[in-house]
Amino acid sequence: MAMLQINFPSSFAARALALAGFFVLASCFAYGQDVNSCLDCHSAQPGHLEVTPEKFSQDIHAQKGLTCVSCHGGDASSYDPAQAMSRKAGWKGKIDRKQVPKLCGSCHSNPSYMKQYNPSLRTDQLDQYHTSMHGKRLAAGDTKAAVCTDCHSVHDLRPPSDPRSTVNPVNVAKTCSRCHSDAAYMKQYGIPTDQFANYSTSVHHDAMAVRGDLSAPTCTTCHGNHGAVPPGVDKVQNVCANCHAFQAQMYQQSTHSKVFEKASLPGCVVCHSNHGIHMPSDAMLGTGPGGVCTRCHTPGDHCDGARAAILGNLTQLDGAIKSADAALRLAESAGMEVSEARLSQDQARDALTKARVTIHTFQTALVEKDIQAGMKIAVANQKAGKDAMIERNHRRIGLGICLIAIAMMLVGLWLYIKKLES
Amino acid sequence: MFAALIRWLDERLKLEGLIAPLRHKTVPTHRLSYWYFFGGITLFLFIIQVLTGILLLLYYRPGANEAFESVQYIMTRVQFGWLIRSIHSWSANLMIFTAFVHMFSVVFLKAYRKPRELTWVTGVILLFLVMGFGFSGYLLPWNTLAFFATKVGTEIAGQVPFIGRPIMIFLRGGEEVTGATLTRFFGFHVAVLPGIVTVLIAIHLFLVQRLGMSVPPKVEAHWNAHPPEKREMRFFPNFLLRELMAWYVAMGALGALAALFPWNLGVKADPFISAPAGIKPEWYFLFMFQTLKLIPSKVWIIDGEVLGVLGCSLAGLLWLLLPFFESDKTPRTKVWITGLTIFALVYVIGMTVYGYVAN
Repeated sequence: MAMLQINFPSSFAARALALAGFFVLASCFAYGQDVNSCLDCHSAQPGHLEVTPEKFSQDIHAQKGLTCVSCHGGDASSYDPAQAMSRKAGWKGKIDRKQVPKLCGSCHSNPSYMKQYNPSLRTDQLDQYHTSMHGKRLAAGDTKAAVCTDCHSVHDLRPPSDPRSTVNPVNVAKTCSRCHSDAAYMKQYGIPTDQFANYSTSVHHDAMAVRGDLSAPTCTTCHGNHGAVPPGVDKVQNVCANCHAFQAQMYQQSTHSKVFEKASLPGCVVCHSNHGIHMPSDAMLGTGPGGVCTRCHTPGDHCDGARAAILGNLTQLDGAIKSADAALRLAESAGMEVSEARLSQDQARDALTKARVTIHTFQTALVEKDIQAGMKIAVANQKAGKDAMIERNHRRIGLGICLIAIAMMLVGLWLYIKKLES
Repeated sequence: MFAALIRWLDERLKLEGLIAPLRHKTVPTHRLSYWYFFGGITLFLFIIQVLTGILLLLYYRPGANEAFESVQYIMTRVQFGWLIRSIHSWSANLMIFTAFVHMFSVVFLKAYRKPRELTWVTGVILLFLVMGFGFSGYLLPWNTLAFFATKVGTEIAGQVPFIGRPIMIFLRGGEEVTGATLTRFFGFHVAVLPGIVTVLIAIHLFLVQRLGMSVPPKVEAHWNAHPPEKREMRFFPNFLLRELMAWYVAMGALGALAALFPWNLGVKADPFISAPAGIKPEWYFLFMFQTLKLIPSKVWIIDGEVLGVLGCSLAGLLWLLLPFFESDKTPRTKVWITGLTIFALVYVIGMTVYGYVAN
């Protein structure tokens, strides 16, 4: 009793303590659903153990109502570490890298479960992953191989449509580069680590990052995402054909298609390269530094002749279009009406674009056909521009004659008035 | 040969009887007489408008799908079509310009005084109608600038309290500027306005003929003090021949502008694109447009645009009734009117220039 009297505080303090206890208990009952001892403790943990409620609230899983327990097990309602992280309560602790795909797949491969969150979301990611180079290496015991969380991040995982997501089209290349551009990390695999550097100079990256075209290709567009593998040498054209369908059709008709296949050369990549694909230009057909034909063909041979003829045709049409543009611009600046010719210049440009696509057949006759169609229009338009300027000169001569006639009339009238009034 | 023809016509039409009053009609001759020519030049340009308008009608097709193409056809395929269209456009602008010059010359020479009040009223109404010609004709090529200028213009008309919205819907032929608006404007441009303007010009000319040319007060006072110094010339043929010279000069200027600076056709109107940045109306509406732009969105509890439209309408009405504010008995009113007229001219020119240079 004496002990009790000594240990108990004064009556005021006792009442305050009791009141505080009541509020804590009341709060716990009232908000029992929101109690998450995991976050309460881990928000104060150092380094990689730190997971704050702010961070986790950004995670799509948290937004859909899942909690730490959904993946890690345990009892989030208990503040007793022994109970909260009890194996009996199903606590798994840090998920072993090897187990990550399986754990994610336990929900994401379950169509009926996933349907309640997003009926349009695919559920074959895990199967795809098993076919990927990453999945195969992981299965072989290589824990450096990428698992779900390496690309999608963890605890703040956002849907791909979110621009802040690591797998948003704009960010994919950078996400892949975290491993694939790390020479030390990739050393044991013996593959290049300059893909991201090359891609950053490519026309595809330009379309994506500069022009903001989210449909422009990034790593996953050609390699796949969950089933990521390098396209086989004989399959490259199929990958490129997904977007460049006409070029692929033309290429299939060409002799190169068969020759490259026999020589195990990777189709499109032979001329255009893979990651560092630059905007194609007519110079690729030339013999200068940008030329690609002369890498294989000997100057003066039959194919070199075809190359020169095609290049000549393209240059001719390109020049004719530019000349027509200049003539029409000049006529327009003189106030002449040449909008019809201006409009049909687009057809000439289309013919040039078509000819540049037809090049992939490497048949001079087919390219020539497109070129001639364009030339006909461009020459006619150039003539329209020149005719407009001739017409303008005629107008000025006509105006001069009229003004002289008017001046003569004025002088005549003035003399007549003078005579009348004299 | 020519004299024989005149004699032959005179025997049948009694031309001498028609010309006789003109032979007796005289025109005052003084240092400001040249301002008299601007009315005649405006009439000449109106005649040019009628003639070139009739020629354009041979090929023009009113309709959202055809109007632009038909004007393009006129300009590129029809023999001298470019010239007719260019003269029609330039002449329209010159006509509005000379009408403004004529009007301000009348104000500064005090030619609106009693008994010429009705000449002034018909003249100002003619100016408003000519601006209506400009507004309705501007849309007819159905190009982008015309489309959005009409949209903005009819929107402004819609700001008039109570009757604004019905007026806007009447002008547009619906809620939006569409092919129906084009057809409607075509009707106004080639039928309604020419009919009214022809009647008003006839009245205006009749009044000029009936009342004779006005003499500026100072000149009149000087002549009254020194009767021998009074100068006059016969209207026919002396003044008419001089007027003919002025018409030839106008024709030369018109031809030079049409040939050296052919009127641009622009790009076909697309109702689904947004309005081009910095769109402005034709120069003769610019001073009003700029005024509306400068008025704050709210003035006390009144909407700024409504206030602007009402202000412009009131100013137009007062301008129309200008002669009735001037009385011979109160010289101070005369000073006020001269001051206001100078202010109006400076304001119109200043706001037009500001409208061009402002973004």
